[in-house]
Amino acid sequence: MSEIFQKLEEKRAEARLGGGQRRIDVQHSKGKLTARERIDVLFDPGSFEEWDMFVEHRSVDFGMEKKKIPGDGVITGYGTVNGRPVFVFSQDFTVFGGSLSESHANKILKVMEKAVQVGAPVIGLNDSGGARIQEGVASLAGYADVFYQNVLASGVVPQISMVMGPCAGGAVYSPAITDFIFMVKDTSYMFVTGPDVVKTVTHETVTQEELGGATTHASKSGVADGMFENDVEALLQLRRLLDFLPLNNKEKPPVIPTVDPPDRKDFSLDTLVPDNPNKPYDMKELIGKVVDEGDFFEIGEHFAKNMIVGFGRMEGQTVGIIANQPMVLAGCLDIESSRKSARFVRFCDCFNIPLLTFVDVPGFMPGTDQEYGGIIKHGAKLLFAYAEATVPKITVITRKAYGGAYDVMSSKHIGGDVNFAWPTAEIAVMGAKGAVEIIFRKDIGDAKKIAARTKEYEENFANPFRAANLGFIDDVIMPHGTRRRVCNALAMLRTKDIKNPWKKHGNIPL
Amino acid sequence: MFDKILIANRGEIACRVIKTARKMGIKTVAVYSDADKEALHVQMADEAVRIGEATSAKSYLKADRIIRACKRTGAQAVHPGYGFLSENKDFQKALKREKIAFIGPDAKAIEAMGDKITSKKLADEAGVSTVPGHMGIIKGTDEAVEIAKSIGYPVMLKASAGGGGKGMRIAHNDAEAREGFERATSEAISSFGDDRVFIEKFVEQPRHIEIQVLADRHGNCIYVGERECSIQRRHQKVIEEAPSPFIDEKTRKSMGKQAVALAKAVDYVSAGTVEFIVDAKRNFYFLEMNTRLQVEHPVTELITGIDLVEWMIKIANGEKLTVKQSNVKLNGWAMESRVYAEDPYRNFLPSTGRLVTYRPPEESKNVRVDTGVYEGGEISMFYDPMVAKLCTWGKTRKEAIAHMRDALDQYYIRGISHNIPFLASVMGKDRFIKGQLTTNFIAEEYPDGFSDADLPPDDPTPLVAVAALIHRAHSNRAAHISGRLEGHEESVSNSWVVDIGGKQRAVEISDAAEEGISGSVKIGRRRIEVDSAWTFGQPLFIGSVDGKDVCIQVDRDGIGYLLFHNGAKVEARVYTPREAELVKLMPVKVAPDMSSFLLSPMPGLLVSVEVKEGQQFKAGENLAIVEAMKMENVLKAERDGVVKKIPEEAGASLAVDQIIMEFE
Repeated sequence: MSEIFQKLEEKRAEARLGGGQRRIDVQHSKGKLTARERIDVLFDPGSFEEWDMFVEHRSVDFGMEKKKIPGDGVITGYGTVNGRPVFVFSQDFTVFGGSLSESHANKILKVMEKAVQVGAPVIGLNDSGGARIQEGVASLAGYADVFYQNVLASGVVPQISMVMGPCAGGAVYSPAITDFIFMVKDTSYMFVTGPDVVKTVTHETVTQEELGGATTHASKSGVADGMFENDVEALLQLRRLLDFLPLNNKEKPPVIPTVDPPDRKDFSLDTLVPDNPNKPYDMKELIGKVVDEGDFFEIGEHFAKNMIVGFGRMEGQTVGIIANQPMVLAGCLDIESSRKSARFVRFCDCFNIPLLTFVDVPGFMPGTDQEYGGIIKHGAKLLFAYAEATVPKITVITRKAYGGAYDVMSSKHIGGDVNFAWPTAEIAVMGAKGAVEIIFRKDIGDAKKIAARTKEYEENFANPFRAANLGFIDDVIMPHGTRRRVCNALAMLRTKDIKNPWKKHGNIPL
Repeated sequence: MFDKILIANRGEIACRVIKTARKMGIKTVAVYSDADKEALHVQMADEAVRIGEATSAKSYLKADRIIRACKRTGAQAVHPGYGFLSENKDFQKALKREKIAFIGPDAKAIEAMGDKITSKKLADEAGVSTVPGHMGIIKGTDEAVEIAKSIGYPVMLKASAGGGGKGMRIAHNDAEAREGFERATSEAISSFGDDRVFIEKFVEQPRHIEIQVLADRHGNCIYVGERECSIQRRHQKVIEEAPSPFIDEKTRKSMGKQAVALAKAVDYVSAGTVEFIVDAKRNFYFLEMNTRLQVEHPVTELITGIDLVEWMIKIANGEKLTVKQSNVKLNGWAMESRVYAEDPYRNFLPSTGRLVTYRPPEESKNVRVDTGVYEGGEISMFYDPMVAKLCTWGKTRKEAIAHMRDALDQYYIRGISHNIPFLASVMGKDRFIKGQLTTNFIAEEYPDGFSDADLPPDDPTPLVAVAALIHRAHSNRAAHISGRLEGHEESVSNSWVVDIGGKQRAVEISDAAEEGISGSVKIGRRRIEVDSAWTFGQPLFIGSVDGKDVCIQVDRDGIGYLLFHNGAKVEARVYTPREAELVKLMPVKVAPDMSSFLLSPMPGLLVSVEVKEGQQFKAGENLAIVEAMKMENVLKAERDGVVKKIPEEAGASLAVDQIIMEFE
């Protein structure tokens, strides 16, 4: 018997070595951890249960039958993050460059299916050269099978992709379907076609990093929701993010006990909004001062900075925060910020995370760029996402809420449950100056008259009371009491239960 | 006594005067500019009157508006604070005409002491020791050189109307005297519109020591000890103390007597300060007399128990000074640090903006904070960037310094840059601790400006122990998240590796408490006991570490911590042993050196470029203007340099961190 035990140990040791020490050293020399080391950081110590360690590919072409490595380039299984179950597949670049074979794909599918059955998140740690070319269409089939499973799992369990190496060609579409994509700076890239093909087809010269590096996707394309300095930091941040997320779509968001009093007042918020309506202020200060202990996990920090989205906690429980950022483009809605926030709102709604919206929006961004780019449809995504969301929705208007953008930003009219305004709020079709120039067009030459009209408009509309008269605002609140009022509203809404009309699914303007 | 007084000032001094007035049962009126609408002094006063626009020339310097505010509110007296109109004789006269009392000296004394030549003459006549020099008007360069020679080199040439360091030159020989006189004269004309220049002996290893005097209208005049203000940066006082570590009883007495003699010579009333320059042999020479309340007056109050503002008000009301010279006793030691909104790491560039978080240390018998701002308030670009005066008192100088170091550790400011690291550094300098001060202290101790290397050496062990325990507490709490696999809950490890600045230290925790932060941390062979009531989210870790009381500022930053102690800011990460092992495999990324570039601090429009390629510039000079959100932001040089290349032209739209120009 002991011989068999020993054989198992030998086989395990062989599998654990993946592509061998030399390749492990190469992986390290690139500043990357191996697939197994990554799992060590991701999970609670000793909690990882590995599956399919001995799976090998079945290819017999191009002499592949002689080259077999147990595990076949991906490590799969489950473990715990702070005691909660999470499934993982971690591609092993040291084995066939992490390329995806039929067996490799099957291993991924196995954990995904189980994750959906038990209701636990799936984490993909992507580090793969692409399709296993030697397997031809079998490899492509494997990709498609994973995409299909990604789609079925979408909205059932959170799926997060951490791109920690190459991810090119068809391979990009699995992460693209998942809820969040994060990348590691300098060592990861994603693109549909690489620099060589780009050069041939469009004659553009571009480096891998420029075309699809972490900075590109996190700040320019918005494909990535964040980027991290290195593998260890990325995985620790991933653990931190998981602590905000429920395990599946039937669970309430998790609770981490807090000592931060729900009725904590912050008087410095009373001076946050400057007197001058054209002067910006940092909306992140408000977020930091409202959430538990100032802990905020921002999503898409470097992309569409005129909108802030991310997770915080109120009385220990996760909330999704969406906020206009007056520091960037005056906090207006444009194509990018609409896309970013619409997707975030839908994620929160999928997973029962209440939405807390802070509004200071002067309107939609004007211009041909925006119109030709389809701002109408992109803006509608956010409107649709908010309107369709059935989770608790709390809105706080801090300053401007102008025009259609007011309607979009979780207004009462599209199902806002509790809508607050600060006394500094201005809820109107537009700013006083613009409005007066339209209503009193004939007086434009008369500066004195215009000034008087502007003052009149400001007094009538540049305040929250018109909206409050009509019941569109539930209450006008003091800024320093924002945390208390929001905590109270969230507590009251914990049992909110509404259902949209039955449908197969809505038709969001994609 | 007055029923109501007006304070013609802003910031901490306005608040400080209000406090005393309130104690005396006097109602107060604040005045404010548009920039100060929400300022603390406005909130503290019983009434507040707007006096104009943000720039002081259009508000705090407008005597007529202040007088109108007095009439409107019925204020019977005005306390001018320091700066602004405090030494303006016309203001004093105008108040007199309106029968409003001026809480300060008479116009005659202000005028006499306001001019350097006149004041020196008067001092000489009153038997006050003055720096050897020439009092009269100098006719030309040749005469200047002759005078310089007769005084004996080194000499100093100074604009008569000047203040601070403007128009001041030092000459060690005839040639330098010749050049210096010409330059000083032309600077005097351009800066003050007054070409008078005087020459005097240049005192080497000088200390700045000043005597506080108090005088009433009934002929009583006393001196209330001295203050040493030698720690100055570019003639701007930074740290002051009382008493001086250098002065003996005999010198104090003779300085005091001379100060009183001078005050009497000009019929001085109210509080005033006679400044002396003191050389290494304790020879002292009259410098000037400040006919107002000094910024640094709290140190005198702390060691004498005399409320100078209270006496100023009483004297203005015609009361008799009941404190006799023999009643003035110096008790213990007081130290004052001026907390400025400036970035010591960037050549002390002023920093303006919102005080996102502002928690001064708690006041006690050892700590006094004179502040004019509050959390959520604004450090405005229009006025002096002083945030507060942090004062400490101890039985001895050593104790006062120790209290100051603790208080600086507790001073929590976020949102703007501040000079606390620099102040902590001075407090840790050996020469400062020994009291070996001169006005050149900062120039000599920080010849290349301030950097982390100037911070006092700090034992990292307490930081390591505190980081480990705080991280363990966070991990332990996270491990109590809802939704765990039943029966498979994670129990938190006691073995950690603390990484501070890339240096890893393995620690073993035992006896960690469930509540608060306490436990025993083994670092190498040392075992450190930690005990604190700190809990999640608190910015200050106050507790005992290894038997010593410490205060560490703790900011949680995602997965790591920023710790602030002793002026230093360190980044700490706490890893499991396995993570620590793997972190070592991570590449060390060196941030690209961008110091030779001017980067756009925000996305915006490049309105103008103020320099040309190849042009030399000085620190603080305007380089470019970027407009963002309809606001113009002036980008100033952080150091001296030469412009190499300007790739962007005015009118260009800029992304954040886009290169505007390159330096050599």
